This record gives sequence, C-alpha cells and structure tokens, in this order.
Amino acid sequence: MIEQLIWLLNITRSQVIARRYFIVNGFDGALTILGLLVGFYVSDEVRLPVVLNACLGVAIALGVSGVSSAYISEAAEKQQELRELEQAMVTDLGKSAYGQAARLLPMFIAFVNGITPLAISLVILLPLWLAPSVKPFGTLPLESAFGTALIIIFFLGVYLGQVSQTFWLWSGLRTLLIAAATTALIFISSPG
Amino acid sequence: MVHIKRVVVDVLKPHNPNALDFTSAIAEKVPGCRIKLTVTAMDEKTETVLLIIEGKQVSFNVIAEGISSLGGSIHSIDEVEVENGPLDETT
Repeated sequence: MIEQLIWLLNITRSQVIARRYFIVNGFDGALTILGLLVGFYVSDEVRLPVVLNACLGVAIALGVSGVSSAYISEAAEKQQELRELEQAMVTDLGKSAYGQAARLLPMFIAFVNGITPLAISLVILLPLWLAPSVKPFGTLPLESAFGTALIIIFFLGVYLGQVSQTFWLWSGLRTLLIAAATTALIFISSPG
Repeated sequence: MVHIKRVVVDVLKPHNPNALDFTSAIAEKVPGCRIKLTVTAMDEKTETVLLIIEGKQVSFNVIAEGISSLGGSIHSIDEVEVENGPLDETT
C-alpha cells in the first residue's frame, strides 16, 4: 500500500505538492498557536484550562480545515489533470495508475494538509498539558509553550533550507524572524 | 506449442512514468524478458515509444495489461516472432 502510494506520487509528481502543503500548513499551524499564546500572555490573569481549551479548539479547526480544503481543491485539480491527459491520449485512464492517483492522492494530500498543523499545534501545547505534573512547565507554562513554538518554527525553516539547498541556519533564522515579527505585532496592537 | 519470442509494439504513453520507470514496471510483470524502449515522437503531454520485448515465452496479455495500467495504449503491433516447438531452455 505504501509502496503503491509512493509510486503514484512519483508518476504524478505529487510529492512536491504534499511537501508544499506540509510546510505551508505546518508553518500556519505553528504561527497561529504562537499568536494565540502571545495573545493570552498579554492578557493578564488567564487561567490555564482556558488557554488550553482555546488552543485545542483552534488546533482541531486547523486540522479539519486543512483536510477539507485540500481534499476539495486537490480532487478538482487531479480530475482536471486526468481529463486533460485522457483527451491527449484519446482513451479512458480510469483504471490506469493515473485514474488511481486521481482518486487516492487527494485523500493523501488532504491528510498531510490536515494532520500537519494539528500535530504541530499539539506538540506546542504539550508544555501546557504537562504543566500540572512537570515543574519547569508548571512555573512558566505559556513561556514554555512559546519556546516550543519557536523551536518548531526554526526547524521548519531548517527543513525549508534543505529543500531549497540554502544554508540551514539562515533559513531557520529567517522563519524565526517572522515569528518574532508576529509576536512584536501582537504586543504593539494589544490594548492593555 | 507456439511461443512468442519477440514482439515490437508502438505505444502512446504519458510523459510520466518516464522511459526508465515504464520499462522497469513492465519488466517486473514479465520475469525473464528483455525490454528495449525507443522514444519515436514527443508531444506536449504524451510520447510515442517503440517497445521491443524479447524472451523465451512472452505473454502478450500481461504486457498489454501492464502498459494500460501505466496509462499507455498500444497503437499497433509492428513485429512478431513466434516459434512452434518445445520451449528451448538454452535461449
């Protein structure tokens, strides 16, 4: 099954699309949760369960939105690609690898697009969950989650650097700069 | 018994899988066969290739299924070499 999926990704050159969705929505998820955490940080006296529930709600919404939006758009794209190829080949490709790809790949890409922001968000929220039982997280839960978000954003940048074959540190620092700018914007725009 | 020893087919296929992946995938379905692919024409989305399949006992149906499962379609059978006799183990 996995071998078949890799084969279909190869022949339709869809691994690039899956990778792009992984980075785009992963970054989206990390930055959204980071923004929420900073928002709660600047609002004084917010209880931890409130933060956790709000962030969890956003993480789930990001996951569901990722799955549904990617499936709808990719299914349409793959169907169009298949139709164009069928016109060029003057044959029905429904039973071929291309037909299989048009049915299976939108599901796989939707899964990648949905699971990435959800998984990244859950990892960022880990310090908040562990706060009652693990001491360092218990004393500074929001700050620990914020730090985790920055680490993940940095590593997403490093991965981007590997993809584009540029210097990994520079690429990681560039994404960190975006996170810093987002944090600064929230602090500046905060009324309190 | 009649055995197909060599068959040359004209195939229209999408650009992907490329020639290497295309022939490898077909070769996996017919063990003991030797396959040669030559691209004869190239279009925007498709290419025409000449496939030469040789072996002790070439199963044309398996090859045709393999080609069609990879998105290709056989345009014509251009050359065939068959033999009537016992399967020669030395060739």
